[in-house]
Amino acid sequence: MATVYIPSQWRDLTGAVDRLELPGRNLREIASGLESRFPGIAERLVEGEAIAAGLAASIDGAIASRGMYSPVEPTSEIHFLPAIGGG
Amino acid sequence: MTPKSEQKKFKVIGTRPIRHDGADKVTGRAVYGADLRLSGLVHGKILRSPHAHARVKSIDTSAAEKLPGVLAVATRADMPDLKDKIADLGEGSVNLAHLGANVLAHDKVYYKGHAVAAVAAANPHVAEEAVKLIKVDYEVLPAVTWVMDAMKDDAPLLHSDVFTKSMGKKSSKPSNVPTHIHFEKGNIEEGFKAADVIVQREFKTASVHQGYIEPHVSTALWNQDGHVTVWTATQGAFTARAQTAELLQIPVSQVTVVPCEIGGGFGGKIAVYLEPVAAMLSRKCGRPVKMVMTREDVFEGTGPTPGSFMRVKLGATKDGKLVAGEAWLAYDAGAFPSGVIGPGAMCVFSCYELPHAKVDGYDVVNNKPKTQAYRAPGATQAAFACETVIDELAEKLKIDPIEFRLKNAAKEGTRRVDGPVYPRVGLVETLEAAKSSPHWKSKLEGKYRGRGIASGYWFNIGLKSSVAANVNNDGTVSLIEGSTDIGGTRTSIAMQFAETLGITAEAVHPRVGDTDSVGYTDLTGGSRTTFATGLAAHEVALDIQRQMTERAAILWECEASQVQVEDGVYCHKDKKFTFAELAGQLGHTGGPVVGRATVSPEGASNGFGTHMVDVEVDPDTAKVTILRYTAIQDAGRAIHPSYVEGQMQGGAVQGIGWALNEEYVYNDQGRMENASYLDYRMPTALDVPAIETIIVEVPNPAHPYGVRGVGETPIIAPPAAIANAIYAATGVRMTELPMSPPRLWAAMTKGKNT
Amino acid sequence: MVRKTHVATTINGEPVEFLCEARQSLLEVLRETVGLTGSKEGCNNGNCGACTVLLDGQPVDSCLVLAVEVDGAQITTIEGLAKDSHLHPIQQCFLEDAALQCGICTPGFIMSAKALLDRNPNPSEHAIRFQLAGNLCRCTGYDKIIRAVQDSAKRMAEQTK
Repeated sequence: MATVYIPSQWRDLTGAVDRLELPGRNLREIASGLESRFPGIAERLVEGEAIAAGLAASIDGAIASRGMYSPVEPTSEIHFLPAIGGG
Repeated sequence: MTPKSEQKKFKVIGTRPIRHDGADKVTGRAVYGADLRLSGLVHGKILRSPHAHARVKSIDTSAAEKLPGVLAVATRADMPDLKDKIADLGEGSVNLAHLGANVLAHDKVYYKGHAVAAVAAANPHVAEEAVKLIKVDYEVLPAVTWVMDAMKDDAPLLHSDVFTKSMGKKSSKPSNVPTHIHFEKGNIEEGFKAADVIVQREFKTASVHQGYIEPHVSTALWNQDGHVTVWTATQGAFTARAQTAELLQIPVSQVTVVPCEIGGGFGGKIAVYLEPVAAMLSRKCGRPVKMVMTREDVFEGTGPTPGSFMRVKLGATKDGKLVAGEAWLAYDAGAFPSGVIGPGAMCVFSCYELPHAKVDGYDVVNNKPKTQAYRAPGATQAAFACETVIDELAEKLKIDPIEFRLKNAAKEGTRRVDGPVYPRVGLVETLEAAKSSPHWKSKLEGKYRGRGIASGYWFNIGLKSSVAANVNNDGTVSLIEGSTDIGGTRTSIAMQFAETLGITAEAVHPRVGDTDSVGYTDLTGGSRTTFATGLAAHEVALDIQRQMTERAAILWECEASQVQVEDGVYCHKDKKFTFAELAGQLGHTGGPVVGRATVSPEGASNGFGTHMVDVEVDPDTAKVTILRYTAIQDAGRAIHPSYVEGQMQGGAVQGIGWALNEEYVYNDQGRMENASYLDYRMPTALDVPAIETIIVEVPNPAHPYGVRGVGETPIIAPPAAIANAIYAATGVRMTELPMSPPRLWAAMTKGKNT
Repeated sequence: MVRKTHVATTINGEPVEFLCEARQSLLEVLRETVGLTGSKEGCNNGNCGACTVLLDGQPVDSCLVLAVEVDGAQITTIEGLAKDSHLHPIQQCFLEDAALQCGICTPGFIMSAKALLDRNPNPSEHAIRFQLAGNLCRCTGYDKIIRAVQDSAKRMAEQTK
């Protein structure tokens, strides 16, 4: 099961939980799993079909490039970060 | 994947061919935005706000419209209502109402230089005269330009519809602070308790502009068939198209963007300014409208990088191990949300293994132009703070500054404060290269001379790229790619294509396509182009190779699987064809061979750099002379070493300017006082020595040739390296940028900073 | 209707005549009227050198010269450097030494370098940096530009042998 790290700014919804293991083949399934554990969290993570504006997902150290359909492995480590661009 | 770089010697990669667009660029033939000629072309000019903060009560364009020669006038009244619309523009979502209001002010102006109205006339001087005839009724409001002042409870509120967002959570009271980022790792109370030495410092930096020599320029033609063509200087034709279409609320299919050759960007030519205005004027007068910014407009009306206030605290044990770090960062966003506090907060401790850390970052709106990226956005400010504190810690512990960094350097497996774990990265290699460099080994003697060193990190991004390739009968290949070429990337992309296919770089004819002729490609920026579009070029070369293999099989009457390709030569038993020979046979084996590829690689390619500098400080004038400078960087794999060196040198000198002289000087009415190249003092050839470069190659595991982005990292370390050198030279620890003579002199004559 | 002035001048060795308004700079007329867009506008007030041309052999910021002033003068622009199908040695060295990235400042630098090397065929690095201090570049950090000018000096010396 993938390990999902909860950003410190979402801990108001998760209590002391800063990481948890969730099943899922892609981010959509992971988000679904997060929402059933911590209702309200999906609102911060998802907007419609896409990752929320200003947010990015890092899967195993690389920024995910397929949005909510980005594949997740059973050993993946997932972080949610501010989206960055570049100059 | 095992990078090819580990497998064999390259034929093209690592060589230094002359760039494909070279002859045009040295003869003045290359067509930049302002060089464009179209029949019936007219000129547009913009009226800008003289006030830093004001309500726009009314705009009276009647006198301007009556001036002979004026063909059209545009104001906010001509823009569609964009309230509450968000668009995904490739690098993340954008609030269209804010973008639109930045292009032409709606209810308020938020900075001196904010565009308010525009005029088109056949004669550009007439357009300028007409602009002066537009009467705007302003209700002037109090302005705030210093980031900390804008955060105060009694600061003038810029927007009543901006609330503090904390990673998706929204506050309920309108604020000048649109974003609060918070990261935590471990337990910093415990961390600092374990520290033998703790250093905390506060820092200030000023607004700084990218300074590209070419002012913004766009030409738009809103044709009688309803199609809009925009020729513009942009870092991303597709993102310019998306922004323009969204702001005009017309379908993207109705807009074509043709990227002209571009005279520098560095992050400042991603957001649109003139494109939608030129389009609106063109719609009104039926002629193509060209708009060029003046240099003053560029300083006052585009997007400098944030000024900032930062507090950084680091603790280490007596044998030099970092145990805890805390950072508090407030960055300008300028007139509209959002700025670059996210990457700043993620980067601040990114060079180090730090078991306990806490970072708070705030984005703050104020009455300055909306900030944009300037190379590694947000990282330079953060590195100035962190690397200065690291230097001070090393000094207190009597540990050599390179050794201190090596002891704590981020490496594969290090967990960053914001969470992700690094894959294979090259910081340690840059530090080792620094240690063994001729510069570091050289003796620096003399009064008021000192040496400083600093490291920096930038993520580099991935995003999407598309390419197409057509094989010509003579064995040359035209390669159409979608990445606007600001620094020679069409050649680095062509070189990767050539390497994969086994042909020469000269046999490739790369071209940058417009939005109708090439597949979607994200912007040229974020150090992504040689990485991602190069990856696409590699894939299209494989596609071409597959098809060529099939053609050889047809000619040799065998199966395609029986054809081998070795170094670009197609073989089967004792028969062989070079690529050029096979290309000559395409006509009768099925027709042209056309390849295509589109990629969306995961970011990041992780770029680390270490810079060192020797300075001499004049004790009477506090002028800082750069005696010697070395930039070291992990490029993964240097495709064209001259252009990698060029990125390192260019970024280093921009950083030198940022460190020593460049700043927006604001008066107490919030007006910029130095909006010209005379007083906004960028480095000249006389201000800097040769910039030595050392390219380190720790191949990126996520690219077939090991490429890491290189464009942004070099701007991060210079201010800190120079500050550390100034300390070594004078005993004065500077914590404010720029370290210009008046500031440094004041600090020197006050005695040592404690 | 603004009264225009007739100007007769020589540009890149060829006689050129044009009509211009008193308020037009030489840069504007070169680009908009004569059609030579190789000289660039970076600042329009003489601070960046992107508009450098040679006026009677002297390097000038053409944005600071009024078009009406050049009647009877000899002007050389970037377009006048290459001979037939051959680049000028300075142009060739800029390419070989990768002394350009975005290229917008390149014509100005090449003109300033030509003015320098025409006068001083063997300049020191400091002399080169001093002479080119009026040309701003934001992309290269100047390093490769200086090397290209040094290489140009060598190549031009070889060619005159």
